[in-house]
Amino acid sequence: MAAPLLEVKDLVMHFPVKSRGVISQTLGQVKAVDGISFTLNAGQSLGLVGESGCGKTTTGRLITRLHKPTSGQILFEGEDIANASPRQLKPIRRDIQMIFQDPYTSLNPRQTVGEIIGAPLVIHNLVPKNKRLARVQELLEIVGLSPEHYNRYPHEFSGGQRQRIGIARALTLQPKVLVADEPVSALDVSIQAQVINLMQDLQKEFNIAFLFIAHDLAIVRHFCPEIAVMYLGKIVEQAPREQLYSAPKHPYTKALLSAAPDIQQVIAGGRRERIRLTGDVPSPINPPSGCPFRTRCWKAQDICATMPPPLEPKGGAGIVACHFPENTSPEDANTPVSTARNAA
Amino acid sequence: MPDISRPFLSVENLTVNFPTPDGIVHATESLSYTLERGKTLGIVGESGSGKSVSSSAILGLHRYSNAIVSGQIWLDGTDLLQISDNDMRLKRGKEVAMIFQDPLSALHPYYRVGDQIAEAYRAHNTVTKKAARARTIEMLARVGIPQPDRRVDDYPHQFSGGMRQRVMIAMALINDPTLLIADEPTTALDVTVQAQILDLLQDLQREFNTALIMITHDLGVIAEVADDVLVMYAGRAVEYGSARALLTKPSMPYTWGLIQSVPDVTGPVDRPLRPIPGSPPSLVQPPAGCAFFGRCAFSSLVPGDRCAHELPELLPIEAGHLKRCHLEDVSVMYAESVEADRVDTATVEAGAH
Ligand SMILES: Nc1ncnc2c1ncn2[C@@H]1O[C@H](COP(=O)(O)OP(=O)(O)OP(=O)(O)O)[C@@H](O)[C@H]1O
Ligand SMILES: Nc1ncnc2c1ncn2[C@@H]1O[C@H](COP(=O)(O)OP(=O)(O)OP(=O)(O)O)[C@@H](O)[C@H]1O
Ligand code: SF4
Ligand SMILES: [Mg+2]
Ligand SMILES: [Mg+2]
Repeated sequence: MAAPLLEVKDLVMHFPVKSRGVISQTLGQVKAVDGISFTLNAGQSLGLVGESGCGKTTTGRLITRLHKPTSGQILFEGEDIANASPRQLKPIRRDIQMIFQDPYTSLNPRQTVGEIIGAPLVIHNLVPKNKRLARVQELLEIVGLSPEHYNRYPHEFSGGQRQRIGIARALTLQPKVLVADEPVSALDVSIQAQVINLMQDLQKEFNIAFLFIAHDLAIVRHFCPEIAVMYLGKIVEQAPREQLYSAPKHPYTKALLSAAPDIQQVIAGGRRERIRLTGDVPSPINPPSGCPFRTRCWKAQDICATMPPPLEPKGGAGIVACHFPENTSPEDANTPVSTARNAA
Repeated sequence: MPDISRPFLSVENLTVNFPTPDGIVHATESLSYTLERGKTLGIVGESGSGKSVSSSAILGLHRYSNAIVSGQIWLDGTDLLQISDNDMRLKRGKEVAMIFQDPLSALHPYYRVGDQIAEAYRAHNTVTKKAARARTIEMLARVGIPQPDRRVDDYPHQFSGGMRQRVMIAMALINDPTLLIADEPTTALDVTVQAQILDLLQDLQREFNTALIMITHDLGVIAEVADDVLVMYAGRAVEYGSARALLTKPSMPYTWGLIQSVPDVTGPVDRPLRPIPGSPPSLVQPPAGCAFFGRCAFSSLVPGDRCAHELPELLPIEAGHLKRCHLEDVSVMYAESVEADRVDTATVEAGAH
């Protein structure tokens, strides 16, 4: 079997927390990403969802090596880039690109569209100078802008157009992996659809693998056949979308899905049953022992506080990290079920 | 004199123009709506349609720009467009507060998060630093920031996008405003936090009988919280009515297109999304006819060239439900969408077997 395009193993990113005052001391660590593993094959999309602050952006920035991980491996085409030096990274940066969330601040306002999109060509000295203009104009057309936009500045474009410029810039180097961090959440609904369709067309045409980070569960479901759910720096469930949405196993996934606004349901007249997560979001500086979700979980038992649940198959496709998962197959019917709230 | 018969908030013929070197930008044209205390108005619309500009006029923010504003904004019997800058300053952040769209630029990067929130409190309350800090921590806890007593001393860059948005909300809520304008308050948030924030806003609304304007492009959020909905397009109201009427029976093709373009968590996944084609018209030289003409899927059904030449008026199609569109028989919209859905589902099912 060929090695996957990208394989992440036990990836960890801890940010130091410094004290206030003249002599700052390190008080602790923000465990932004705390041991995650996944693989991404060429041309595939993996969705990454989860609570705000659970480490999605940090994961994206680790894979693109905008951060250097505290520990763990990032195997790109079999080669570990986790500790690669800037010089070693240069050729790899071409292959792994990022589309940023904010189309308003992620483009340099003083550069023309041509300069923005062409910059990677200059840095990597890829296309001879006399061919650059043609290449950039070609990219503009690929993302549905006009070649005449070459000499314009970002402020002359709408949000959707700016996001297209960001996508064109990410495509300049013909990456194999694109990390799309909330690529459409700053955009209008109608433009979201344009950009999503565009990314799907490009994915098919150029066989790009996407790590697709988003909080809109309907859009993630639309874009990604496989989805990983993160909570407090860890992946708590990963499964094909059909299963994840119809039969979530992790209680957090269940709560997450139940919180997604669904206009069809409201239109149909139904009031949806939302699982209200009570309790504070635990701090990533001081995450709970055992299962990170236990302090808010309505199924938690003693074991949840003492033993971290392994991320493993529990019937059906996919993997889940929970001692008492939901929606497991009949063989697992001896799973203890408790509706009592015995969480701390 | 407070006018008892007027609704708590009554925006009347609000027009906001910006003179620019290219000409006058007609950002908001003759906009009218009302809102009672305890109720929520959702405002949706394309980027650039005037949602933020019209709403920030309520806070009097146009006073600090080159905007030319006309019309009336009655809040609790006072026309906010007529009062002095100083009176407006006393109301802003206290009676009327706004959660701004962009949490990154609204928070100062060099000041501690907690100090920025406390400042908003001290601006309207004579309290000690210590009391302001205690109130700040309480608000941070209320919007769901873990370990608020510790994170109160963090800088904005140490917070995730969603946490920064919660800080903005804490700042807006700290003086218990009677009118709260939330400009895309949950766009940066994941759904569980979004649900919490929406719950929080609704709890606050119940507790203090707050009037809430919710600007969002998320129709799911609208469905969840709004009593009434105003749809804006190119600076004007194009549809206005109860949330239920608007979502179940959209009557202006732009609203219909918006509802069509969003995927939902249960629908088929194997078809491309259906965006609204094209882009909105110039606000400097607005078209003579309907601003949506050219992108509209139904204008060919309107006899003559009316869509191209004649601006439709905002007229009731039923009690309390208004639309700005020449199309008389709105049922054609539902016919087409139903047909499209059926075809798609059939294809998906055929593909699956
Ligand atoms: N440079 C940094 N220094 C310290 N802490 C950081 C830094 N960057 C991120 N963090 C912390 O790491 C955690 C994860 O942040 P991250 O931005 O990855 O979350 P996220 O899942 O992308 O959230 P959101 O959905 O809100 O964007 C948060 O607690 C955040 O405060
Ligand atoms: N100071 C200004 N000078 C000139 N034009 C302006 C100014 N401020 C806003 N505009 C224009 O007014 C129009 C309405 O802007 P507004 O910010 O209200 O849009 P919006 O509906 O809030 O859009 P979004 O969904 O992108 O936030 C836009 O075309 C904008 O470019
Ligand atoms: S007036 Fe004409 S162009 Fe405008 S929305 Fe109605 S049918 Fe479409
Ligand atoms: Mg993020
Ligand atoms: Mg706005």
